Amino acid sequence: MRNLIAIPLLALTVVIQSAIVPSFTLLSGYADVLLVLLAAWALQEGVNTGFQWALLSALMMSIVSHLPWFIYVAGYAGVVMLAQLLQKRVWQVPMLAMFTVTFLGTVFMHLLTFVYLRLFGGSVSFSDAMGLVTLPSLLLNLLVAIPMFGMMRDLARWVFPSLEPA
Amino acid sequence: MKDLFSRSLQTTIAFLIVGGVLVLAFGGFFSAASMPLTGGLVSVQQWFASRSQAVQAFIAAPRDLVTLRNRNAELEAQVAQLQAQVIDLQQRVNETEILAALVDFSRASPESSYKAASVIGRDPSPFLHYIIVNRGSNEGIQRGMPVVTNEGLVGRVDAVIADAARVQLITDPVSSVNVHLKNANTDSVLVGSVTGDLTLDLISQDATINAGDLILTSGLGGGFPADLIVGQIVNVRKLPAELFQQATVQPAVDFTRLSIVLIITNFRAIDTAPLVPTTTP
Repeated sequence: MRNLIAIPLLALTVVIQSAIVPSFTLLSGYADVLLVLLAAWALQEGVNTGFQWALLSALMMSIVSHLPWFIYVAGYAGVVMLAQLLQKRVWQVPMLAMFTVTFLGTVFMHLLTFVYLRLFGGSVSFSDAMGLVTLPSLLLNLLVAIPMFGMMRDLARWVFPSLEPA
Repeated sequence: MKDLFSRSLQTTIAFLIVGGVLVLAFGGFFSAASMPLTGGLVSVQQWFASRSQAVQAFIAAPRDLVTLRNRNAELEAQVAQLQAQVIDLQQRVNETEILAALVDFSRASPESSYKAASVIGRDPSPFLHYIIVNRGSNEGIQRGMPVVTNEGLVGRVDAVIADAARVQLITDPVSSVNVHLKNANTDSVLVGSVTGDLTLDLISQDATINAGDLILTSGLGGGFPADLIVGQIVNVRKLPAELFQQATVQPAVDFTRLSIVLIITNFRAIDTAPLVPTTTP
């Protein structure tokens, strides 16, 4: 039942992502708080609702964004998949896993967006996209990753009280 | 009788002596003699007075400290409240200035109907340049309506829900606007980019264009009304080997500080897609 916290939490994050985050730009990039949140959530021990959260996030984001829903579904599901893969392998160093998922997830998401824009007629140069959008966004995402991981760890302990350390 | 007279005389003489001494003392005639004495007395009194004041201050200090702390807290709360009021009023002044400018703009173009809308968000993807405004189909907003400010063209409505709409900015990488270069009397196409830079493309090699030339919408294609200000040319790139010239454009609108926009509600965008010939095998 506590899993239902996902609905208001993700809705609030989408609002923050749309209303506040674009004000804090680095060159032409800004953070993807929802992507980082999903990565942090999926990396928590005992969490098995990562894909449901990713799907819900993707649907909410596609309401606000011009990007089609399938880009967000693919991107966020990829992030969760990567997180679950790494969570089993580098579980002893969760922050390292968090940074890795954030790094690879951001690159993957931006690559999907870049390919979509190139296919549908956008005048997007790869060097501009990489240097002025992806790399600055990556840096901001990595900065957000540190506090987000802590918040999601606390949330996971609240949602799954059995994970609380004795 | 004699005794009585003698006593009265003595008393009178004594009074006269005392009075005389006092008059002389007040007149400053004894200052040389009285200075060491009065100086000593004043020093002693000063010592007692300062100790007495110190003791009084020591006794009264705790009560004053509590009072002062309370007063300080009250004043700090008052300052915080006033600062919040100042910020609120500054925001209102800014909004009023923007609205006044927009009203002036709408009065200058009475042929168009406008609906003011506040910017409430931006596209979550940094690759795209869209804003979200707080007016939707309930207020008669439709897809394709042009969006402007008093400074110039902003973009067009891309999607609408009941109470909000998404506006594609002219800086979006997928955006293209047909424009007219007034000085060169030629048409061109303005395209956006992921970085938000604007570029003029498809300018004829014969056209003479210079930095500072004004760019207006041409109205071709039916997407925007004609003669809306778009920006100015910053620099020109003309290579003899290429078919067309290109130019970098400084937009008239500061897209990073958009807060209130005007949607032109009596303009219907024309969909020219059916007129575009399709190749048949």
